Formats: sequence, structure tokens, C-alpha cells
Amino acid sequence: MFGYSLLQKSDPFPGPAPVPKDKLQKFKRQDKIQKPRRQHYRLKDIITRSEEASEMAQKQAARFDLLLPEDAGFLEGDEDEDTCMISQEDIADAVDITSGAKYFNLKLNQFGPYRVDYSRTGRHLLLGGRRGHVACVDWQSKQLMCEINVMESINDVKWLHTEHMYAVAQKKWLYIYDSNGIELHCIRTFNDVLRMQFLPYHFLLATASATGFLQYLDVSVGKEVAAISTKTGRLDVMCQNPHNAVVHLGHPNGTVTLWSPNQKEALVKMLCHQGGVRSVAVDKTGTYMITSGMDKKMKVFDVRAFKPLRSYFLPAGASCLSLSQRGLLSAATGDIVQVYRDVWSTPVTKPYMAHRVRGLIWGLHFCPFEDVLGVGHGEGFTSMLVPGAGEPNFDGLDANPYRSAKQRQEWEVKALLEKIQPELITLDPTELAQVDRTTFEQRHRDRVEALGFDPLAKERFVPKFKKKGRSSAGGVERRKKQVAHEDQREGGQGLMYIT
Amino acid sequence: MKVKVLSRNPDDYVRETKHDIQRVPRNYDPSLHPFEVSREYTRALNATKLERVFAKPFLASLDGHRDGVNCLAKHTRSLSTLLSGSCDGEVKVWDLTKHECVRTLQAHGGFVRGMVVRYCGNSFFTIGDDKTIKQWKMEAPGYGEEEEPLNTILGKTVFTGLDHHQKKGVFATCGQQVDIWDEQRSTPIRSFTWGVDSFSSVRFNPVETELLGSCASDRSIVLYDMRESTPLKKVIMTMRTNTLCWNPMEAYCFTCANEDYNLYTYDMRHLEKPIKVHMDHVSAVLDVDYSPTGQEFVSASFDKTIRIFSKDDGHSREVYHTKRMQHVICIKWSADNKYILSGSDEMNIRLWKANAAEKLGVLAPREREAVNYSQKLKEKFQHHPQIRRIARHRHLPKNIYHQKNELRIMKEARRR
Repeated sequence: MFGYSLLQKSDPFPGPAPVPKDKLQKFKRQDKIQKPRRQHYRLKDIITRSEEASEMAQKQAARFDLLLPEDAGFLEGDEDEDTCMISQEDIADAVDITSGAKYFNLKLNQFGPYRVDYSRTGRHLLLGGRRGHVACVDWQSKQLMCEINVMESINDVKWLHTEHMYAVAQKKWLYIYDSNGIELHCIRTFNDVLRMQFLPYHFLLATASATGFLQYLDVSVGKEVAAISTKTGRLDVMCQNPHNAVVHLGHPNGTVTLWSPNQKEALVKMLCHQGGVRSVAVDKTGTYMITSGMDKKMKVFDVRAFKPLRSYFLPAGASCLSLSQRGLLSAATGDIVQVYRDVWSTPVTKPYMAHRVRGLIWGLHFCPFEDVLGVGHGEGFTSMLVPGAGEPNFDGLDANPYRSAKQRQEWEVKALLEKIQPELITLDPTELAQVDRTTFEQRHRDRVEALGFDPLAKERFVPKFKKKGRSSAGGVERRKKQVAHEDQREGGQGLMYIT
Repeated sequence: MKVKVLSRNPDDYVRETKHDIQRVPRNYDPSLHPFEVSREYTRALNATKLERVFAKPFLASLDGHRDGVNCLAKHTRSLSTLLSGSCDGEVKVWDLTKHECVRTLQAHGGFVRGMVVRYCGNSFFTIGDDKTIKQWKMEAPGYGEEEEPLNTILGKTVFTGLDHHQKKGVFATCGQQVDIWDEQRSTPIRSFTWGVDSFSSVRFNPVETELLGSCASDRSIVLYDMRESTPLKKVIMTMRTNTLCWNPMEAYCFTCANEDYNLYTYDMRHLEKPIKVHMDHVSAVLDVDYSPTGQEFVSASFDKTIRIFSKDDGHSREVYHTKRMQHVICIKWSADNKYILSGSDEMNIRLWKANAAEKLGVLAPREREAVNYSQKLKEKFQHHPQIRRIARHRHLPKNIYHQKNELRIMKEARRR
């Protein structure tokens, strides 16, 4: 009896392990599409199978989430302590030595306020001083890659796709340099460039000029893809939406306009502030846009529905904004940097962290995959620690901070092969995956015109009167109603039969 | 104050020695991989273009026959053996791995009309214009011995087609009527007639092994059951059928190659309407053979091309042609689903790949994964206009291209 009951032991947790719902939500793609109900059995079968495969893939990805090695950083004050009162030196003392070394100041007070850019992997830092000083550094090992003075004033600096090339917008033209400081190109068709944004998956460098031109340069082939005359005056506020590669420009009349290289007019024009717009930032999922204006307000918009969500009052306005990978917002006012957490979900009353730097802040950039914020100001550069800013788990095939030279070469070749054509930049990046109903309807209309009749139209249902014993009036009405009901389910001309 | 700053140990992310492989940590979060659809579309476009770049289907030409090749026979047990019969009565046995002829024998006085290898693989049968059926051994004769058939049966009329049962020692021939023969007897055990004066081909069903189909000269296809005494069904079409082939996976489906440039797939239970009409040839279709998977078939036509069709599509997915290949008389799809063998008028047998861009041989696991991934991407985006345009593009010889356009215009005119 005892042995028998041992054999009968059942699994206390039968079936596969459950996947937490929030994780599944993270990996959810498109909703299920409405399947065709008529005789398209093969199509229905194909759609069902592909949806099942997609769901299985989403579940597997959600399960894999458990195995991610790193956890995000955090900063929690004691009961009476406010996190914004904790200084950088305290944090640097409290953490381990490698992390403590990530807080440092570079005293460069000769060459003017500095613009900052981190490369996509987060290992390399590019500094551009207003009076012509350009330096690229591997900031973790403090190794200087190159340091030059271009003998002209610099408006902006940007890394290109790898740490081997960068673009400098100088007083007159756009220059491209190698990481050894060698000038590779001087592009004269791009003049008076004030701001630049690099679209990594399209290999496009978008530049905004003082003459109101928005120009796109394909850095893989070296061709100008589009030159759009925005007709809105001087463009010095610019940011990109990382989700759909649309460029956001801020204007002195309080509007923010959205541009794509395929159209000569703006895709969208939004009135955001009563004064001029000082800075714009968009989060990595492309859902929220944060703008700050001369009216001392900082507003959060839902950029997919173009609706304002929140509005905050900042006593001195924010001149620079930057968003980290985990949704932390940094706003710079004068020489103070404030970092806010969760600006869009809950109304924020006080900053998460604050820091005062030596000079007037000119550039702000969060380092990808690290808990570090780089601040470029009038007296040089400060790297400050912001626990919880960086994405803890990177993907080795996309941007790998620990990649070797061979891995970088392989990645570069694959990235160039997958380079997305600029024609595919639209507000909705998943448009290609959707069913093209407009083309079908257009073709159907052409066919009807060519043939003279509609081949897909069903004939009116005429009930037969010779059905054995079912020809009574009630029976005929029942048959008509059945066909009408079926048709209505399919969305056809059901209403015609009830009359 | 509780604080933790993200700090990674490089030892966990960098390989230990240069003899290890690189470490690649993965994170499948969709926000880290934006532009999924556009990137996949670009990869699919690249995969389609590369497929066209690597599409080189012609492998080898087996030459040695001194007259046009009239029929081919697959060896039932060996993948690398092929038998071919030519219009001067010669039968050659080929080794496909070495592209050489290993044995030649003079089987008949006139055309070799049909050949089939017995299911055990030890012998094969041939029929010829000299009204004989001969059975030969598969092994070459020893030193000093002469080529002699194992058995010769003399008939009263010319035989035009031959096929052997899958499991029993029974074969069928067609000529004036369809005869079922037992190997041990020299007269047919049963004859089927349905008032037709000649038949062009006969085929046994590979799944339901007692069923047969034959093509008659009165533009009809007649189906028989060996166990019955009279034929089963008949379907009459507009023009004559040259050959038919049964689907090796679906017991009741067969495809017939017709003179009106089309191929028709029928379900033998519902012969009123074909399941599918396959149109793309510009001249009479002479032979058809199914792939062992039953999903595709290949057709040989008088217009000097070979076309591969999928069983549910009305148009071909692939066309093979060469300047040197003249009218293709017979065609076979090899039993390992990889090769197509075509015998043509100009005395050559050609070996082609069934998938023109496939890499033959053993693939490394990463290669295989990459191939599978590209294949799936191409399927996913096959309906997008740019990708469809590239995937469908095939070069055609000028006369066939013009003829196709003419036929298309004629069809449009008839529809209106």
C-alpha cells in the first residue's frame, strides 16, 4: 500500500512554470488581427499558426528575462534624509572603488563651455569646447584617444556609428574626423550647422542649421539624402525620437515640429509652450516627450497621441534636458543639474538628485549602460554618479561595451548590411508589418472599372420554394434570416436580406 | 543611505583566453532593439537578392547517348544510379556521383519506349518499338559474358508505356489496351479496354498500389483498379494528355501534362473539375514528375524549358533553360528531393539542383541556422512589392518571353 501511494505521487506544481504578466506585457507585440471568416481556410490557418509561434516566442523571451545577470542601481535615503541632499562625494565614498572613480571633474577653463557626447556603447566620450578644443577619451580607463584644436568655434560634436569617427559642426562647415584626430572630410554643403543628431540604424546624420535648413547625411555612402528648408528660422533645439527616428525641432514661437527626410513639410506641428522652446527630449520607447520652455515650465507629452500629460513649474527654467535609458530625466539650470525620476507616471514634487558644477552648463548626456551623467560646462567636464540611470543588461549583438576589435568589425559589417533606407522613416515604425488595405481597395476599384462589374460581390440570396416541407412562409423567413445572420457576422450585406 | 551603482566585473563579459569563443550576453527587451520590422524587411530584401545571386542550378551534363534520350528511370534502391533509354534502342546506366556511364546495352531495335526498375532494385524492364518487353539484371555481366536479358516477352502490338507495381511482381503496359502482366507469365493476366485505340502512358499509384492511371489518345485519362475487371473512371479533356504522375504523398491526387501547354491536378474522387490548373509553359508539356515530398512537381516541355511548380500554385516558382538544351522529353525528380534530371532531344541528360540557390553538402550548424533564418524572412515578407519583384524575376530566352506575352494578351482578350 505504501509503495503504491509513492508511485501515485503527483506533481504539486503541474504544467510549465507560470510567466509573470508584467513581463509578458513587456514583450507583447501587435494585437491579434481579425481573421477572414469566409472560405479562406489556408489563410486563416497560416495566420493562426504564425500567431501561435509569436506567442510562444514572447513567452520564451519573458522567461529568459529571469536569467539576466545584472540589477539596476538605486539610491535610497534614510528616513529623515532626502535623496536630493546627498552629495556626489558621499556617494563616491559609499560605493566601490571602480564606481567611485566614475565621478570625476575635468578642469578645462580655457576653451569655453563644452558639448558632450557618449558613443553608443558608452565607453567613449567626446568633448567639444566652444573655442575649438576637441578631445575623445575612453573615460573609464581615462585614456586619451585624441585631442585637437580645430582653430574655429565649434557648435556641436557627435559620434558617428563607432568610436572611430566623429562629426564636428564648426563655424562655417561640417567636418568629420578620425579618432586619431585626422580630418577625414570637410563637407561644404552643410554650412552653419548648430545641432546634430545621429540616427544609428539608418546611418544618417541629421543637422539643423542657423539658416533654417534640416539636412540629412548618409555617413555610410557619404551622400546628402535630404535637405529640407524648414522656413522657421534659426534651429538650435533638436532631438531625435529613438523609437521611430523622427527628428524633433524646437522653435522660438513655442512649437515643436517633427520631421522625416521623406517630406518637405513637417509631419506634425505641436504648440508646446507660450515662450520659446529651450530643450526637447524623447524617451527610448518613443512614448513621452519632455519639453522645457522660456515660460519656466517643463511639460510632458504623449508623443504617440500628441496630448499633454503633465506640466511642472521650474523657477528658473531648464536650458538642457536629457533622458536616461531607465527613464531618469536630467534638467540643467544655470550651473545646477537636477535629476528627476518617473516624470510621466506620478507627479513629481522634488528632484531625485541635484548637483552644482563650476560653470554654466552647456551640454548634458547620460552614459548608456552606466549610472553616469556627463555634464559639459564653462569650466570643463563633470561626470556625476546617478544610481539607477543606466540599463543594467546590454545585448551583446547590438551595443556591447566589452566588444573586441574583431567583434566590432563583424558588428559594423552586419549593421551596414541592415542599414534601413530613409524612405522607411515614418511616425509609426511598424507600418510595414500591417495589412495594406488601401492598396487592396484601390486595386479592387481599378478592377471593377476595367471589368465593368464587381467580381467579389455576392448575388442576392433568393430562397428556393421547392424545399420539401420547408416552403412555408415561416420557413422561408427563417432561411433568409440565417443567411443574413451569417453575412452580418462576416461584415457583408446582411442588412439587405432582412427587408 | 542605501546606494548601489551599476558596476560590472569585466571577467564576466570578456573571454578568459584567446582560445575561447567570445561571450555574447543577450537581452531580448524590445526597447533595446528598435525598428524590428524595418530591419527584418531589409534583411529579407538582402536575402532575396543573395538568393538570386547564388541561383546557379545547373550541375552537370551526362553525355554519351548517340540519339535523343526518350525515357529515364530512377533506381528504387540507390540514389546515385540512373537509367536512360534513347531513341536508337540503347540503354545506359549512369553513376551520378562520377557523372559517368557505367554500363551500356543495346536493348531494342527501335525506340526504347519505357523503362522501369523493379521495386527490389535487382532488375529492370524495358519496352521497345520492336513489340518486346525485356527484363535485365541490374549488375553488369561478368568478364567475357554477353549482355542478355533475363526474360523477353513478345507482344502482338507496339507497347508505348510501362510501369511496375510497388510491392508485387506485377507490371502494366499500355499500347492498344492497358495490360496487367505477372512476371512469371508471358501473356497478360488482365486487359482493360474502353473503346480507345491507343494509350500513351500508364502509371501505378505509389500509395494505393492497386490503382492505375493511363492517358489515352481520345484526349482522356482513364483510371483502373487492378482488382476489378473493368476500368473505373474516365475524364475527357480538351486536348490530349502526354503523361500523368501520381502524388507520392496524397493517395488520390495526380497531375497530368497536357498538350494545351497546361498541367492539371485532379482529385480522382472528383474528376469533374481539376483541383488546380498550372499554367506557364508556352508549348506542349511532355513529362511531369513529383518531388518525393509531394509538395512540388517538375514539368518538361517542348518549349525547351523545365518548370518547377508548387502543388497548390497556378504558376511556376522556377524555370530552368539553357541554350544547349533542346526539347526536353523526360524528367525525373531524384528521391532525395535535391536534384532534377532531364533528358532531352540533343542526346544529353542534365543534372540540376531542385533549389537553385541551395548550398549542397554538409552545412555547419551556424550556416544551417542562417539559411533557415533567411528562408523564414523571405517567406514572411514575400508579398511586399519590392521583394516580390526581385524573387519572381527570371531570365527567359527571347522567343519564350515574347510567346508568353502573346499568350497573356490572348487570355485577357478572351476574358473580356
